[in-house]
Amino acid sequence: MTELTAKTIAELRDGFRAREFTAREIAESFNAAVAAAKTLNAYTVETPDDALAAAEAADSGKSTGSLAGIPLGIKDLFATKGVDTTAGSRILKGFRPPYESTVSANLRKAGAGMLGKLNMDEFAMGSSNETSAYGPVISPWRRKGSNVGLTPGGSSGGSAAAVAADIAPGATGTDTGGSIRQPAAFAGICGIKPTYGRCSRWGIVSFASSLDQAGPMAKTVRDCAILLEAMCGFDPKDSTSLDVPVPQWEANLSSNLSGKRVGIPREYRIDGVPGEINALWDQGIEWLKDAGATPVEISLPHTKYALPTYYIIAPAEASSNLARYDGVRYGLRVEGVKSLDDMYSATRAEGFGAEVKRRIMIGTYVLSAGFYDAYFTKAQKVRALIKEDFRKAFEQCDVILTPTAPSAAFGIGETTDPLAMYLNDVFAVPASLAGLPAMSVPGGLDGQGLPLGLHLIGNELDEQTVLNAGLAIEERAGFTARPEKWW
Amino acid sequence: MPVSTEQVRHIAKLARIAMSDAEIERLAPELNNILGWVEQLAEVSTDGVEPLTAVIDQKLRLRDDVVTEGNIRDEILANAPEAQHGFFAVPKVIE
Repeated sequence: MTELTAKTIAELRDGFRAREFTAREIAESFNAAVAAAKTLNAYTVETPDDALAAAEAADSGKSTGSLAGIPLGIKDLFATKGVDTTAGSRILKGFRPPYESTVSANLRKAGAGMLGKLNMDEFAMGSSNETSAYGPVISPWRRKGSNVGLTPGGSSGGSAAAVAADIAPGATGTDTGGSIRQPAAFAGICGIKPTYGRCSRWGIVSFASSLDQAGPMAKTVRDCAILLEAMCGFDPKDSTSLDVPVPQWEANLSSNLSGKRVGIPREYRIDGVPGEINALWDQGIEWLKDAGATPVEISLPHTKYALPTYYIIAPAEASSNLARYDGVRYGLRVEGVKSLDDMYSATRAEGFGAEVKRRIMIGTYVLSAGFYDAYFTKAQKVRALIKEDFRKAFEQCDVILTPTAPSAAFGIGETTDPLAMYLNDVFAVPASLAGLPAMSVPGGLDGQGLPLGLHLIGNELDEQTVLNAGLAIEERAGFTARPEKWW
Repeated sequence: MPVSTEQVRHIAKLARIAMSDAEIERLAPELNNILGWVEQLAEVSTDGVEPLTAVIDQKLRLRDDVVTEGNIRDEILANAPEAQHGFFAVPKVIE
C-alpha cells in the first residue's frame, strides 16, 4: 500500500469512506511527517491536536462532510481562532485572532482538520518566500546533482513545499498577483485561483483588496476541485463576495475538450524566457488538441503593461491596508519613545521587513497629493484596458493557455534586484488584474530536473473549463516526478 | 521625474515608518528604479477610458441595520500590546 502521506485527497477520502484506514491513521501519518520535516521550514506553527480532533470527529461519524478525515495546511494569512496568525511578519508576532476566516471555517465545516500554519512571504509580498520573518521555506526539490537550497516560490511557498513534500495532502493559498500559481509551478503541484469574489476575503489578512483571492493547492486537478468547492461560497461579511451558487466542479470534471477553443496569446512569447518553457507551452497546445480542443491565436495587446499596472495598484492598496499596524490593537509595539507618533513610526520601522516597507513607500507615493492621477488613476485606466483585452479574447476562445512562470525555481539568495523578482509574475498578473480564474498544472521537468508549470486562464466564473483543461493536461503530461527525500 | 531624498523622507513620514538617513539614501535609487519602470504606462493612450473600480461587475449590497455579533471586548483586547480599564492604551499624547 502507498504510504498515506503520498496519497491524493480523493484517494484519502475514498479510502477513509471505504474503511481501508481511519481518519486517525491519516492524521497521525501527516503529523509525524510534519514533525520530521522541520528542515524545510514550511510550517510556522504545528497543530497536531487540531488534526487529531477533526480525525476523531470523522472516525466517530460526527463529521460527514466532503473533507471528513482530511487534514490540511493553512497559509499563515488566514485568521485561525486561537492559533498564531502573523502573515509571516514580525509586526503581527503573537497575534491570536478571536475569530476564524470564512474560508478556513468552510473547510472545517466540511470536516477538515488543520496540521498547522504555513510559512509565506511577509504579507504575501514576494515570489520566493525570502521575505518571511520566519526565514525562507526550502523547496523539497533540488537541481540534479546539486544540494543548493531552492525557493519554493511565493508567496504561498510554505503551502507549495508542504504539498510537494507530502507533509500536507492539500493547503490553502492566496493569490494577489500569482502567489498560488507561481509556487505551484515551482513545486510541481496544482493550484487554482478562482474568479475574484468566489472565496470570501473575510478573515484573510489584507494585502491588495481588489486583487486578493484564496484558492487551493494540491497534488492533482481533482483535489483542487474538491477543495475549491469547500472553500467557495457567498459571505455577507465580504462586500465583494459573489452571491452565486458554487458549482459541482468535481462531479463535472471531464478531460474531453471537444468544441473548446484554446486561446494562445501571442504577446506571451517574450524575450529571455528559456527555450524549455516555450517548448513545454507548444507541447501543452498539442495535449489540448489531443483532448479535442482547437487552438486559436489571440491577442492581449496590453499584456506588457500588466506588471507596471500591478506595481502601482497593489502597493497603493497595501499602503492603505497596512496602515492598521500601529502598535495599538495587536502585535508588536516599540516602547520607550516620546510620543504617540514616534511609537507608530518606531513600531512600523521595527515590525515591517524591507520588501513590505518598499511597497508601502511606493504605495504612499503614488497615492500622495499631486501624483494620484498620474499614477493611480492612470493604472486603474490601464487595468480597464487589460480587462477589455480579455473580454474580447473570450469572444474567440474558451480558455487561454500560457506558461505559468518565466523560469523554474531559483536558488535562495540568487535574485536580489526587486524588479527582477517582480518579473516572476509576468504571466500570472494579467489574469489577477482582470479577476479571472487561473490555474497552474505541472507539465514536465526542465534539464536540471525541476518542475515547470502550464497556466490556464478562464472566463469569469468558468472555473470548470479551467479545471477540465487542467485535467486534460494532467492526464497527458503523466507528471509523476517527486522530489527525492533529503530532509 | 526622479524622487529626491527629501521626498523619500516626506513619504516615510506620511507612511509613519522611522528611517535613518542611510536607509533613505539607499531607498531613493530603489524607488526611482521602480517608479521609472512603472512610468512606461504614460505611453498607453487612455483617453476616454473610465478607471476600473470593480473587477467583477456587481451591485453593492445593503444589509439590515442590526447587531449580528459583538460583545467580545475582552477577547479583542487580549491581543493589545497594552490595555487598561477595558480600553486600548497608548503613550500619553498631552504634553
